[in-house]
Amino acid sequence: MGYVYRLLLIGLAAVIMAPLLLVAANLLRLDATNWRHLWETRLPTMLLQTTLLVVAVGAGTLALGTGLAWLVSAYRFPGRGIVSWLLVLPLAMPSYVLGFVFMATFDYAGPVQTTLRAWFGPGAWFPEVRSIGGAALVLTLVWYPYVYLLARAAFAEQSSVTLDAARAVGLSRAGAFARLALPLARPSLVAGVTLVVLETLTDFATVRYFNVMTLSEGIFRVWEGMMDRDTAMQLATLLLLVALGLMLLERSLRGQARYTQAGGAVQRMQPVLLRSWCAAAALGMCLLVLALAFGLPATQLIAWTVAETRQPTLPTADGVAWRYIGVTLALAGGAALLTTLVALLLAVLGRLEGRRWQRVAVRLATSGYAMPGAVVGVGVLTLLATVDRALFGDEFSAALVLTGSLTGLLYAYLVRFLAVAYGSADASVEKVTPRMVEAARCLGAGRGRILWGVYTPLVRAGLLAGAILVFVDVMKELPVTLMLRPFGMDTLAIWTYMLAAESYWQAAAIPALLIVLVGVAPVVLLVRAGDRGRVAP
Amino acid sequence: MVRATRSIVARLALFLALVLLAIGSGGGPAAAQSAPQVVNIYSARHYGALESVFRRFTQETGIEVRLSQGSVQSLLERLRAEGRATPADAVLFIDAGGLWIAAEEGLLQRVDSAVLRQNIPNALRDPQDRWFGMTQRARVIVYNANRVRPSELSTYAALGDPKWNGRLCLRPSSHIYTQALVASFIALHGERVTEEQIIRPWVRNNPRYIDSDTRILETIAAGGCDVGITNHYYVAQQLARNPDFPVRIFWPNQNEAGAHVNVSGMGITTAARNRDNAIRLLEWLSTDGKGQGAAPDTLSGGNFEYPANPVSPVHPIVAGFGTFKIDPMGKFEYGRFQPAAIRLMERAGYR
Repeated sequence: MGYVYRLLLIGLAAVIMAPLLLVAANLLRLDATNWRHLWETRLPTMLLQTTLLVVAVGAGTLALGTGLAWLVSAYRFPGRGIVSWLLVLPLAMPSYVLGFVFMATFDYAGPVQTTLRAWFGPGAWFPEVRSIGGAALVLTLVWYPYVYLLARAAFAEQSSVTLDAARAVGLSRAGAFARLALPLARPSLVAGVTLVVLETLTDFATVRYFNVMTLSEGIFRVWEGMMDRDTAMQLATLLLLVALGLMLLERSLRGQARYTQAGGAVQRMQPVLLRSWCAAAALGMCLLVLALAFGLPATQLIAWTVAETRQPTLPTADGVAWRYIGVTLALAGGAALLTTLVALLLAVLGRLEGRRWQRVAVRLATSGYAMPGAVVGVGVLTLLATVDRALFGDEFSAALVLTGSLTGLLYAYLVRFLAVAYGSADASVEKVTPRMVEAARCLGAGRGRILWGVYTPLVRAGLLAGAILVFVDVMKELPVTLMLRPFGMDTLAIWTYMLAAESYWQAAAIPALLIVLVGVAPVVLLVRAGDRGRVAP
Repeated sequence: MVRATRSIVARLALFLALVLLAIGSGGGPAAAQSAPQVVNIYSARHYGALESVFRRFTQETGIEVRLSQGSVQSLLERLRAEGRATPADAVLFIDAGGLWIAAEEGLLQRVDSAVLRQNIPNALRDPQDRWFGMTQRARVIVYNANRVRPSELSTYAALGDPKWNGRLCLRPSSHIYTQALVASFIALHGERVTEEQIIRPWVRNNPRYIDSDTRILETIAAGGCDVGITNHYYVAQQLARNPDFPVRIFWPNQNEAGAHVNVSGMGITTAARNRDNAIRLLEWLSTDGKGQGAAPDTLSGGNFEYPANPVSPVHPIVAGFGTFKIDPMGKFEYGRFQPAAIRLMERAGYR
């Protein structure tokens, strides 16, 4: 393959990695005193609480996501068709929104505990909401759809022939699940849990509501409070290393397990019809999860919105909501387009260039997903400011070309979310085998026909899924947007955060509800596209 | 196969280049700069109440006010990285410590304005006129009037008395209000006394940590705590909604240095491109009846804060809190103790 493509690949990977390398370069400035203080005070707690939270959320989403996916894949019960896609909806709910709704509902001053005290007296016991348990519950409810989506897709690909064979040799249905369906789905489950774990590692707003001291929270404490950027960036690099370790673990867990199923058009698994109380229990389980993860917060947000529009606690200028919606859609759409394109380009180039180190380069380029958004933000900010100054000098009068412009913001989104789009782009490109292309050429198809006739239909569903995930992620994104947005470019997420930070929860419900409403459509689209194309995100 | 794929790569790369070009040429700040009369502000205050204040300023002067909001620290970080190329003309911070740091680092410029000197008392502005306090907020002791008598209260340090064990609500050390309060203790008493006689005794009382002043007040009202520390205007907000709200303010340290008062204030960036507009905004905001006053469309009244301008009236609810003595020391200085304050709280096990 020509050196041009090699240069293109390396160049792209380098551009995407540059801000992260800039952050990691802070390791050169290790300060023993600061680290000793950290080690003697919070670092052990931070490591412990991070581990506990990651394990709890990982296990929670694995159990909930897999269980629900198996329920809707292997059984038939009334309402299954609807709940099977409704269960994805929590993906549209930003974790910090569910966080403040839970807090407002379940903490000491909230309606639930107030009612309990009214019934059982002031001594009524209730578990502490501001705790690792509380945070784990909220994060599990928000992120189980990642596992659920991938598990459901994996179960759908399993042929009934395999499962019938298992039943024929005497395994019970539960046995077939445990000994066959589950191991077969393992790569997908691991992939889903990895996404969840990375999200948990980089979450910052939600853990702060719940008083949990994670590494991510610690980075902000050191950086913002102690004004020690070097140490903060070193902590971030530590977090990145942890995440890279986990990603390696994922690859090795997945690497040994590449199962293929016989036949192209598989006969789908035949769901078993559940009756009477079994069906009710199955439906009840799904509805309970839905109610907690989506129904309750959505209802609370609607109630607050109604109250706020009747009697505002804060003045809102006319037409402001439309401006925020417009900016949000434009940013999320632009980022989705850009990220998907770059991901596709990297995937195609990676396929052309089989060399190991090039694949490693691509993998490193996607590691921004393991960095807290604010750290990616600083990396991008520092890099662009340097470039700006080098190109235009200090006295350049037309202000910043890169920093504080859309370019900087989209660049940061690309660095942060490339992994999300790359996964599905790579999987899609993988489906186009050289043989297919050669067959098309033998039949006389030109380049254009191969692109539109062979590549596009095979790749489309996967790319769409990746683009939608990036879209939803950017829509909910906070730290990068906070740091890099140009004047006047405020998103719904920013609006929500600003109000929630000042505890104007009722007023914050309006933008929060808008995020959910805007997010629901693409999420439903994602499920539908997945069901049609059978492509996991 | 290879040629076909190559052409695909080429097309993709071309498309990507076009997208990048479109983005790069479209959204630059050049468009923002061409607008005739603007002033760009990095603001750590939330829009809500600000919006009506700035709308009035624009109506009167024709100068459009643009805000980019963030925490004090992230805005400082942004100013540092952007250097002389920053698009910000002014900053609006919620903590004198942050303003002090910005001034010390050369991010703010000296403003020579007779109007500002006249409107803002010496005690509320930088000695070198690089920043000006616009409103004042007191961090006070709050208590449930049904369960605590004011005679049981005296100083911040006295909340470390064992009688408050399990009855105390505090804000975590991650928030700037807590950091500024403890930094002011350090400025006043030194690190050792602050740690041993104030922070550690608080921690021994097993406080309930809540990262929201409003929620601290609501928890005290519901009986989850009996005493706490919050900014005064959150109590005013509750009283404005519900005059029977059971939580009251106690002015701490009145027989000592006084209550801790912080300012929300503004400065003009060293690299300000719209310097004259920014100065006009600051002067307007410091003037009684414009930015200062008790009305909801003023900087102070809109948020139940004390105006910096001594001739301006105080909101009636806030006036009901009575008069008090404030800690005159440290306002310019405690910014430097903020990192020490956090380290101290970490040592002492303050969450």
